[in-house]
Amino acid sequence: MTTLAANSISADTLLLWLQNCAETYQQHKDNLTELDAAIGDADHGANMARGFTAVRDKLAGLNEKDIGTIFKTVAMTLISTVGGASGPLYGTFFLQAVSGANGKTALTHEELATVFDAGLRGLMNRGKAVAGEKTMVDALVPAIEALKPVGDDSLAAAIDRVVIAAQKGADSTVPLVAKKGRASYLGERSAGHLDPGAASTVLLLKALQKAVHSPA
Amino acid sequence: MKKLINSTENVVSEALHGMAVAHSDLIKVQFSPNFIYRADAPVKNKVAILSGGGSGHEPMHGGFVGKGMLDAACPGAVFTSPTPDQMLAATKAVDGGKGTLHIVKNYTGDVMNFELAADMARADGLQVESVVIDDDVAVKDSTWTAGRRGVGTTILAEKICGAAAEAGKSLAEVRDLCKKVNGQGRSMGMALTSCTVPHVGKPTFALPENEMEVGVGIHGEPGRTRMKIKPADEIVELLMEPIISDLPYKSGDEVLMFVNGLGGTPLIELYIVYRKAEEIARKTGLKITRSFVGSYITSLEMAGTSITLLKLDGELTRLWDAPVHTPALRWGI
Repeated sequence: MTTLAANSISADTLLLWLQNCAETYQQHKDNLTELDAAIGDADHGANMARGFTAVRDKLAGLNEKDIGTIFKTVAMTLISTVGGASGPLYGTFFLQAVSGANGKTALTHEELATVFDAGLRGLMNRGKAVAGEKTMVDALVPAIEALKPVGDDSLAAAIDRVVIAAQKGADSTVPLVAKKGRASYLGERSAGHLDPGAASTVLLLKALQKAVHSPA
Repeated sequence: MKKLINSTENVVSEALHGMAVAHSDLIKVQFSPNFIYRADAPVKNKVAILSGGGSGHEPMHGGFVGKGMLDAACPGAVFTSPTPDQMLAATKAVDGGKGTLHIVKNYTGDVMNFELAADMARADGLQVESVVIDDDVAVKDSTWTAGRRGVGTTILAEKICGAAAEAGKSLAEVRDLCKKVNGQGRSMGMALTSCTVPHVGKPTFALPENEMEVGVGIHGEPGRTRMKIKPADEIVELLMEPIISDLPYKSGDEVLMFVNGLGGTPLIELYIVYRKAEEIARKTGLKITRSFVGSYITSLEMAGTSITLLKLDGELTRLWDAPVHTPALRWGI
């Protein structure tokens, strides 16, 4: 195994991230579903758990594969197993991240920021959403912004900042009135609740944080 | 949770197996990816009509697959949109050479998944048009929200477009007809009780014994307002006023009136609802020339009702009356 600089992330670490996702969504299934029951249709937890369990089942076949192939497999798996709005949205995030990761077995901090930014833009385009509409975009936009500054510290430290920013962004959805998704049908009654999509985005990034801090 | 199931994981697949064996003369069921399709598909030189959505609304949509209505239906998990691989496989299975119309209810997930599916189908050289149904007047129409939900008018559009396809209309004609039906149909619903999604195991929302949710969605989305329960006649007034004033339906209009049960309300109560709705329509000067009463677009075991009005003309009436033979609807054959 090649030794990577502290400001790079390997395909192995990304696979570990996806493995962590399956665990974390299984663990937080009921919590996400409860958030969704308050302002949506009570299926987000089960959908995310089902999708990332299907992803986990494909991980064994992805050892030694390049990161573009990994992201594409994740995208197609999420699109075909999650359903709801989160399937196409998270699926599109990974699909748009493919082109910047094709043929690579590691991504530098800068490359990771670039592919995640492409993913974010694809997701916003698919959902026709911008920040402030009480969606996953509210967690993801500040998270990707926090990833962009490439300094001297390790990528792991940058991901720590990403998670803090995502959490803060998710918390900011609580007082918002939903403008997109099923919660928008509630109008003013959607205020006072944490957006389940923003919450699941935080979990996605926390799973990445856990992976980058895991001993190799 | 008290349900007639074996395990929460197998609810959809076991129900599909049941449908397949119960109605083997009319439909076939494909698994992984899941879709229900006409036993005689593909029907050559006919526009194919495809719909889909979360499960839990039976008989919609699978119960409407058959001659004169849908060529295929894609069921998602309970209350969850189906996925693009299902729509793509179903579109390929029923395409008879004249293209396929996707009838999509306006929910964020359904719209996105159908958009992805249509993109993929076109990339494979198939002709696909999509129409989004958004007839629920309980939702304030605004460009700043996801827009109105698709409810009762969906079934009327499926029946009417299915008949037009059988009559040999082109894909563009059937698409425009679907838009016309959507433009002339309006609905609103209310719930007396919540419903329990099997894999959640407890009611989607809590509704005290003496309260009701007015403007509820078919997935148990809370509605516009919650209030103390009232006699049926007053509840019907609360639903009919926003429906009539929205289009608006005017004196002299010929309409189809559809009183729907949400799954847990018996037919005897739906007729009490119909009685009052008919009276209100008549006093407004509307001519109810067609009626439709029963539980056709449900929300699991939710008790409650929805009312849909569709403004008719000669063409729509003829297409509504045309023969249909599906598991849930049959006449003229």
